[in-house]
Amino acid sequence: MEQELIRVEGLKKWFPVRTGFIQSMIGGEKLFVKAVDGINFDIRRGEIYGLAGESGSGKTTTGRLILRLIEPSSGKIFFENKEIAAIPANAFNPYRRKMQIIFQDPYESLNPRMTVGDIVAEPLHVQKICKDDKEVKEKVYKVLEEVELSPPEEFVSRYPHEVSGGQRQRVAVARALVLQPEFIVADEPVSMLDVSIRAEVLNLMVSLMEKHNVAFLYITHDLALARHLCNRLAIMYLGKIMEKGYTEDIIYNPLHPYTRALMAAVPVPDPESKRAEVVIKGEIPSPINPPTGCRFHTRCPSYIGDICRLKEPPVVKMENDREVACHLYS
Amino acid sequence: MYTLRVKNLKTYYKVQRGFVKAVDGVSFDIERGKALGLAGESGCGKTTIALSVTRVLPSNAQIVGGQILFKDIDIVTLDDVELRRDVRWKGISLVFQGAMNALNPVYKVGDQIVEAIRLHEPEVEVKDANERAVKLFELVGVDPTRLEHYPHEFSGGMRQRAMIAMALASNPDVLIADEPSTALDVIVQAQVLKLLRQLKERLNLSLIVISHDLSIIAETCEKAAIMYGGKIAEYGDIVAIFKRPLHPYTQGLLSAFPGIRAAKTRLVSIPGSPPDLLNAPIGCKFADRCKYAMAVCRKTDPPLLEIEKDHFVACHLVNEA
Repeated sequence: MEQELIRVEGLKKWFPVRTGFIQSMIGGEKLFVKAVDGINFDIRRGEIYGLAGESGSGKTTTGRLILRLIEPSSGKIFFENKEIAAIPANAFNPYRRKMQIIFQDPYESLNPRMTVGDIVAEPLHVQKICKDDKEVKEKVYKVLEEVELSPPEEFVSRYPHEVSGGQRQRVAVARALVLQPEFIVADEPVSMLDVSIRAEVLNLMVSLMEKHNVAFLYITHDLALARHLCNRLAIMYLGKIMEKGYTEDIIYNPLHPYTRALMAAVPVPDPESKRAEVVIKGEIPSPINPPTGCRFHTRCPSYIGDICRLKEPPVVKMENDREVACHLYS
Repeated sequence: MYTLRVKNLKTYYKVQRGFVKAVDGVSFDIERGKALGLAGESGCGKTTIALSVTRVLPSNAQIVGGQILFKDIDIVTLDDVELRRDVRWKGISLVFQGAMNALNPVYKVGDQIVEAIRLHEPEVEVKDANERAVKLFELVGVDPTRLEHYPHEFSGGMRQRAMIAMALASNPDVLIADEPSTALDVIVQAQVLKLLRQLKERLNLSLIVISHDLSIIAETCEKAAIMYGGKIAEYGDIVAIFKRPLHPYTQGLLSAFPGIRAAKTRLVSIPGSPPDLLNAPIGCKFADRCKYAMAVCRKTDPPLLEIEKDHFVACHLVNEA
């Protein structure tokens, strides 16, 4: 089995909600958006780990917490068994070389006034790892070739608006890759791209994983893509992980009612398929005052009574590294 | 019986450097109570068709040719007064892309629906219009007390439902839904698609669903038109297109859409990017990205031919065979 690279334990991020001055004087209750509320998982070297769920479930926050782009409220993050959530910022800097991120929107994450070459070279300058410009140039050319932006000399002097959407996202991949990281957070890397070019970015991720043993945290709302990409998968809902395990197990045998609902909602590209219409009602509740007990009980089609409303379901461990947080199985 | 027939529609945008041929000779028709899906990548002309059919094009765009027959009236030739009196909202209505942001934030949702009704049917009293708004909200599954609320108090799915309610305010025959579920979450998306299917049946609506997501079209439509570069690449019965795709572009698109229960595969992409419609290449627009491209593809535009019943394809490869 591959060795563990990242481990997250009891990770929480509560964003304080700004209240009015008078409210705070009369001692109104302090409110928090519980974006991520106590999650555990681990990512192994050279695997693509999927984090799926609706918007507002805390996927993106989780990704940013691991990279410490936002500071966690509590909980631990381990990188190669070293705790990195609580170390001072300057002690964290070396880890930034090893952990990178690809953002969702390549139209907004690339500076329009920098050339592709400058964009890809910037991490090298920030980390001061090259001794001269020649080495920078070499590395930039090499990485551009790797993401199939070749010939690189044609691309380095272009501006982001001069390349297509798929190429833009590959520039973002190149920027993440130039420091030769061991771990990359890919936050919905293809949701802004056209269907026909999605696959080229995703396949690039897969080949990088295979070639350099890079681990990815793939954040997505698209279960169909997650299914074809990820080795393991965690399903999030309102800041909690509902179910996690190997992708195949989850897709072919979803246990948590929320996972089942998500699966049933995914449209199928087959006009003859008769999919079971168990579309659940309503939308994701506010994370400021999440439902008590099981967070999903307000929408759950398998609600079994007061226990769901009052008691938070424990995480039940099943065979083959499967974990489910639902009273149906406890 | 056809409610809407579009014949050889051409809509061009005038820009500084010339004309962008966004829609260049598109024909399709829709029967009563049936749904047609328009699919394709961004920039292939899907939305321009919707805007042409309702004649709400931006000022630099112009319908330069073709006919849009709605119950035997040619929409292209109508003047603004006739258009508002006979067609818009009462005949054909449009749910815009990003409908969630299409509501006016400073008016109550109910008032916006009443305004839409009274603008197109001035004879309706406010009281009756209000009653109609209540019925519409019940129809789309939103609690009618919500009519008194402002758009920001609605969730994304409810706003989309409100927009659909508004589009149905004057009993149209044709409803055009432009990307009805993008920007919605999977579960809410499934709810909205279910609503569209129910409405189509209950009201005997003709539906045009515009989407880049083929699986959404597979779930809602009886017919589909796959567009590429302002033209229709493949058109016809939905089952034929999904089960026996003949155009290489359709085949590519379909393999880019993995089914969730299908065996794990490496995804397939279509290399390259869509053509610049300002200087579109001569011949088949897809030739540059097509792995089967032949010499003839770069010389002449393939005509859209009926290969089997209700299955039209515009490709030299298929036409030759």
